[in-house]
Amino acid sequence: MKIVVCVKQVPDSWAEKKLDPADNTLDREAADAVVNELDEYAVEEALQIQERLGGPDSCTVTVLTMGPDKATESIRKALSMGADDAVHVVDGALHGSDAVATSLVLATAIQRLAPDLVILGSESTDARMSVVPAMVAERLSWPQLTFAGKVDLEESASTATVQRQTDYGYDVVSAPLPAVVSVVEKINEPRYPSFKGIMAAKKKSVETLSLADLGVAADDVGLAGAWSGVDSFAARPPRQAGTIVSDDGDGGLRLAEYLATQKFI
Amino acid sequence: MSQVLVLVDHADGEVKKVTLELLTLARAIGDPVAVVVGAGAAQAAAALGEYGATAVYCADGDGFADTSVTPSVATLAQVVSELGPAAVLIPSSIDGKEIAARLAVRIGSGVITDAVSVAPGLQAEQSVFGGSTLVTSRVTHGTPIITVRPNSTPPSPAPTTPQTVDLSVTLSDTDRAASVTDRVAQERTGRPELTEAAIVVSGGRGVGSPEGFAVVEALADSLGAAVGASRAATDAGWYPHQYQVGQTGKTVSPQLYIANGISGAIQHRAGMQTSKTIVAVNKDAEAPIFDLVDFGVVGDLHKVLPQLTEAVAKRKA
Repeated sequence: MKIVVCVKQVPDSWAEKKLDPADNTLDREAADAVVNELDEYAVEEALQIQERLGGPDSCTVTVLTMGPDKATESIRKALSMGADDAVHVVDGALHGSDAVATSLVLATAIQRLAPDLVILGSESTDARMSVVPAMVAERLSWPQLTFAGKVDLEESASTATVQRQTDYGYDVVSAPLPAVVSVVEKINEPRYPSFKGIMAAKKKSVETLSLADLGVAADDVGLAGAWSGVDSFAARPPRQAGTIVSDDGDGGLRLAEYLATQKFI
Repeated sequence: MSQVLVLVDHADGEVKKVTLELLTLARAIGDPVAVVVGAGAAQAAAALGEYGATAVYCADGDGFADTSVTPSVATLAQVVSELGPAAVLIPSSIDGKEIAARLAVRIGSGVITDAVSVAPGLQAEQSVFGGSTLVTSRVTHGTPIITVRPNSTPPSPAPTTPQTVDLSVTLSDTDRAASVTDRVAQERTGRPELTEAAIVVSGGRGVGSPEGFAVVEALADSLGAAVGASRAATDAGWYPHQYQVGQTGKTVSPQLYIANGISGAIQHRAGMQTSKTIVAVNKDAEAPIFDLVDFGVVGDLHKVLPQLTEAVAKRKA
């Protein structure tokens, strides 16, 4: 069994994010970079599946990242959690890639790695589109088992079943492997890297691939190859300062009065 | 005039409000063509005509009920190739965004998600980075695919008598590979759906316990509102995960958002900052949520909310 976990490096989700006025792309220097939070859940799920299947001899976990040189920090984090090795697609031409191009690069790298299962976070905290897992599945012609709150693998590891989160509860969805899984945060509690894990990660193999290595044309990615683009952006005008009152025993009544003047009641 | 496809969000033919919003939006761009996938198309047609659909394309067939996302992708791909529309509008839901994603790859088009408005020239406005930045984007390749957030446009009727077209769509083995074996509904609350609701009443850490949510729910019910929760509350197990509003949960944009015992960290703001009117009740006068509010009460929600609920009930009586 071979699992690939896709990990994206993003600006710290607790920091204010900005666009770079030079080319309207995300300013990745403006905030500290971290592993996309939901991708940590993806790594954890892969590691738990590995443990259930009997450890690294029967199941390997490979981290796949597309991103600038700096993204090696995120790769090391995933490796120190316990992943076995990593592939880093890094190429100057990738800057400004949209989701469609990102899915092309990831799917091409996944084909080369030929895993049984791909696990991703269900969205990144920067772009928040939630489209890459479905796009990767479409490109690979693999079934998608996305927005999983629970993943079960059959004994034979030939079928995966997930609880897909929905607005009304969840759907139980099954598919034969290979398949693409995306996870939501309720699925597990990601482990913290141990000291031993951090030391071991330094020795693990990280293969670096360029677009040429993958056979992806530079024209199909990056800002120039994007199929959508930002015309302009602006800071949201600040909201007008509101009325704040202290509850002196009539807070609820004053709030009701306000809602009535605004015609909500 | 060019045609604009609108993917209809419905439950067995009962059309959801977001679809009426999308039809209203589509009328400013071109002739809206509604695409209904799954059972209940005949039932949906009347409501779609009421909001200006010039045609209703319906598809249902083998395997449609046994999987999600891919039947809509296959149907839309077929209609795009038949009609060559100016754009495809899809509701920004979990399924909607994945349909848009797969369709973009399948037909070779760019995609924009979570638009809060779409201009007649197909420039889409998005509210990003926790609502701090407004971005104007456009699709530059293929047939623009745009997912639009609920509550972006007030729906307005424009009755037509749409022509109904029954499509024959065959799902490939790949499209049928993931099969839904069970659909599990958590207890029906009778409240409106969180992302579609006109009013959302949310609770956070200040609610204090699962039982504490009773006052939040009581207020919501007096207002006919949906109930939401901050991540602190869902992580603590006080309220079910699917009601989480914020960066890793749902994004809501109601007419009125009432935040109770929620500090207003960026994680939460990301999911509610585009609400039209924001009201908060919090013990901590320094809580960042008060920077966002139109009206705020510094006080104990367990005292303020019951009083408010009673006042609402009296005014409505």
